[in-house]
Parts: sequence; C-alpha cells; structure tokens
Amino acid sequence: MTRFLAIARAEMRILQRNRWLFMATLIMVLFALALTFAGSAPTGSLGVDMLTVSVASMTTLSVYLAPLLALMISFDAVAGETDRGSLGLLLSYPAGRGEILLGKFAAHLAALAFAMLIGFGCAGAVAAWFGGAGPESLVALARLIATSILLGAVFLTLGYLVSSLARSTTAAAGMSAGLWLIFVVLYDLGLLGAVVVDAGGTFTRHVFPWVMVANPADAFRLWNIAASESVALTSGMTGAAQALPVWAAPLSLAIWPLIGFAAARMAFRRVEP
Amino acid sequence: MTDNILKIEGLCKDRGKTRVLHDVSLTVSPGERVALLGHNGAGKSTLIKIVLGLTPANGGQIAVAGHKPGTGAARSATAFLPEAVSFHPALTGREQLNLFARLSGEKADIPGLLDRVGLADALDRRIGTYSKGMRQRLGLAQVLLGKPRVALLDEPTSGLDPISRQDLYAIIDELAASGCAVLIASHALTEVEARTDRIAIMRKGHLVANNTLEGLSAQAGLKTRLRIRATQNADDIASQIGGTRINGASVEILCSADQKMAELRRITALGEAVADLEITPPRLDDLYRHYAKEVKQ
Repeated sequence: MTRFLAIARAEMRILQRNRWLFMATLIMVLFALALTFAGSAPTGSLGVDMLTVSVASMTTLSVYLAPLLALMISFDAVAGETDRGSLGLLLSYPAGRGEILLGKFAAHLAALAFAMLIGFGCAGAVAAWFGGAGPESLVALARLIATSILLGAVFLTLGYLVSSLARSTTAAAGMSAGLWLIFVVLYDLGLLGAVVVDAGGTFTRHVFPWVMVANPADAFRLWNIAASESVALTSGMTGAAQALPVWAAPLSLAIWPLIGFAAARMAFRRVEP
Repeated sequence: MTDNILKIEGLCKDRGKTRVLHDVSLTVSPGERVALLGHNGAGKSTLIKIVLGLTPANGGQIAVAGHKPGTGAARSATAFLPEAVSFHPALTGREQLNLFARLSGEKADIPGLLDRVGLADALDRRIGTYSKGMRQRLGLAQVLLGKPRVALLDEPTSGLDPISRQDLYAIIDELAASGCAVLIASHALTEVEARTDRIAIMRKGHLVANNTLEGLSAQAGLKTRLRIRATQNADDIASQIGGTRINGASVEILCSADQKMAELRRITALGEAVADLEITPPRLDDLYRHYAKEVKQ
C-alpha cells in the first residue's frame, strides 16, 4: 500500500539531484515575471488591476509551458528505465506496475505543482505589489495555478503513455514533441481552418465549441477565461466560452488525467523489459 | 516432489513464430545450487524472465514457492540479479537499497548488507560514481535483502575481478546454506564447476542435460585421460599397454570411468618404468562442448 510512496520518495530525490526541480521552477519564475512586466501596459485602458492582466498573460503562457514541462519529466519514466536496464529488476519486486506508475506520477506532479506555485505565485505577488489586486483577481490567480497543475497532470500521464509505447528514450522524446505540437498548436490551427471554411455555419455554432473543449489545452484556456469576466475581457476570447455550459471545461480537464493514466497503465502492462 | 521450491514443467515459449523454449522441465530444491549453462540465445534469460513473471509462457507450468510466477507471493519469495545490473545514477547505494527494502516490505540492515558485499565506504556515494564491479556488488546486496527462498542470478560474475568472484561465490554458498534455492545462469564454466550442486545445459531452447557433474560425465561417456611419464623409454610403455605416445617421454591413454581402475592396475604393474602418472577426468569444459554441440537427431 505504501509502496507507491517509496517510489515517489526516490523519484522526488532524483528530480532534486538532476536539477529538474530547480530548472523548472526557475523557468516558471522567469517567464511569469517577464510576462507580468511586459503585460502591465494595458492596465489603464481596460480599467482592471495589474494582477488580472498578469493572470491573463500567464494563462496564455501556461498553455504552452505546463504541457512542455510535464512531458519533459515524464517522457523517460518508463523508456529511460528500459534503456538503462533497471526496469526488469524493479518489476521483480512485489510492487505492481500500477503502483510504480502511481509513485512516479505522485512525485512528478508534486514537483510540477511546486514549480507552478512558486512561478505564478512570485509573479502574482509582484503584480499585486505594483499594480494592486482585488479579491476577484486573487481567485483568478489561484484558479490559474490549480488548472495549470491539472493540465500538467494530463500531460504527465500522456508522457507515460508515450514512454511505454516507445522502444527507446529517443523515440519517446520525439513522440512527446509530436504530442505537444498536436495538442497545443496543430489542433487549434486545424479548428481555426475549419471555422474559416465553415463561415459561421452549424459547425461553428454547435460543434466547434465541443471539439475545442475536448482538447485539454483548450479546456484549460476556456476554464480560466469563462470563469473570470475581466480575464476574458483582456484576452478577447469570449465567443467559444459562452457557447458552452460552465461545467464543460472543468469536466474535460478533470477527466483527461484519468483517461491518460488508464491508457498509460495499459501500455505499461505490455512492456517487456 | 513437494520439497522443490522452484518447479518448472514442460515450459514452452514462442517469440513471434519461432519457439525459443521447447518443453523445458527443471526443479530446484531449497539449499540447492543449480548452474544453468548455454550459448547466448539458448534461452537462459528467457527462462528466468518467465520465472519472474516478466513475460508470459505459451505452455507448461511453473510454481515458485507454490505460487504462479508474477504474483505478489511469488515475487516476494524471489530475488533476482539481472545481467549487467543497473540503477539510477542519481541515487546513493543506501537510498537504492532503502527503496528496494520498502518495496519488498522488509526491515533490513542496509549498512550491514552493504558492508557484507564490500561497499561500506560507498554507502552514501551516488551510484553514478560506482564502477561496474561495485554496481554488481550492489546488485548482489539487493539479492540478500529479505531472505529470499529462490534466487535467480543471471551472469552474476560478469565484470567482477577474481577476488570479487570468490566473494560472490562465498555469498552464494551462504545463501544456499540458509535454505535458498539458487539458479545461476552463467558462461564461466570453471567457476560454476566447483561451486554448484547440479548442472543444467540448454541448447537452442531445449534442456539437453540436467545432472550432477559426475552424472553428466557418465552419461556422456567421455573418457578419462591418463598420462604416463616414462622413466626411460616411452615407446616400450606404449607398445606394452597401448595408448599413444605424445612426446619423447609420455604416453596417453583414454579410458571410460569404469575401466579406470583396471588400467591403473596394468600401469602400476609396469613398476619402475613409470616415473609419474597424471589422471584428468573430463572437465565441465569438455562436457559442455559435448552437450551444447551435440547434433540434433
């Protein structure tokens, strides 16, 4: 029962030793601060506090960065062990494969949450200090941090899936890059193309929002935007958010980690060290 | 045979369309040390993987301490030392063993264990700084965790210097003495010869031999070599008792195990003409060559 905690503890130590935790936190802090300062210009014209603007720009950042960081830790979770030749020994111990995966997930998610909390927290504190913050913008910041962690969780599990399917670490790295590109960039481009072709028809009004929210990255965006009017105001992306029920984006983001974990578990079961 | 802790019966395994294990049956009882020999690709590692439950079998029965391979109970009873064992380089030896101890649910004396395999100084150093021999020792330390009932060692001496090999076999003897069934897959014939109770030889997925060293020699009918050094004239001796002269002063006779004493009596009857006598029974090297190269009928 506590076996996954033993795995998690060892994984956590590895993340500290190989500086992943430090680098990820540093990246988050630097990007979040840069965006907060760069995005502080339109504060006056929109009539919202600086933290709100900052949260809006950080939302855009997190859509790219959270999946990237998550995939960077998780892509070699299984393939790395296979390459090194340490998986066979690990699997000869009484811990089940699900427990091993769960242990890694717990450690990786904790590390990701730490980086997000420190990164966005710093930026939020700076924005609040210089430009003021209201209760609503503080809630928006908390929501951004929580949803970023959830988005990270989705891509952690997808990383394990890819790592179990790939024959080597290099293949896993390549597949992860492809996954990131599809979910974060190509999916939206495809949808955009479809909307342009459809020119305001049934697809655009009824199908498009659902297809969009099915992608965890877009669900993350929609959730943060739909939940806060002022964030929506600054991001100018309200159309799709209004066409969907409130629960659609949270549901998508909550279900994805479960689907991802189940798929990764299934792929990992077939791995022969 | 209830005392066999590891029982393999009629094991078959297919990889794609080719069958890599044909009807292999092998048992190991507590305290027994069995060597599993064979060329690369003979199926030794596959056999071990199946016993560990890492890959499924296509036929046959296996019982590890009475449990199916891969079940929690079977895995708890088993210790495994993989060929060219490796660990995460960022962890220290102590941390790695702590992890394994927690996974197997054992309270273990980690420093004592590492001291036993000669790694006391490297306890808190990262495994990334270890030499190959040290990693192998760490692998051996995790075998000793939690008193296993079955130990599967895949090429345990690869990368070890001669002294370390001695230590390793001393530890294996201890394991066996405590009632653990030990199966050693190896290439190092001379080491295995002196250090195991029984020898199993695999060829192309078939188990072609499974007996004690003496049993194997009798079965193979390999000749014992008698080399006689003559005091003066080797030709005389060669003409009197047969055999071949191999250099100026020596004659060699090949005889089967049951004729050995008769031959010796004839040789001693020659009296002063014989200066020295050397008896070489068939070695594992010869036996291995005999069984592993035997043409399939």
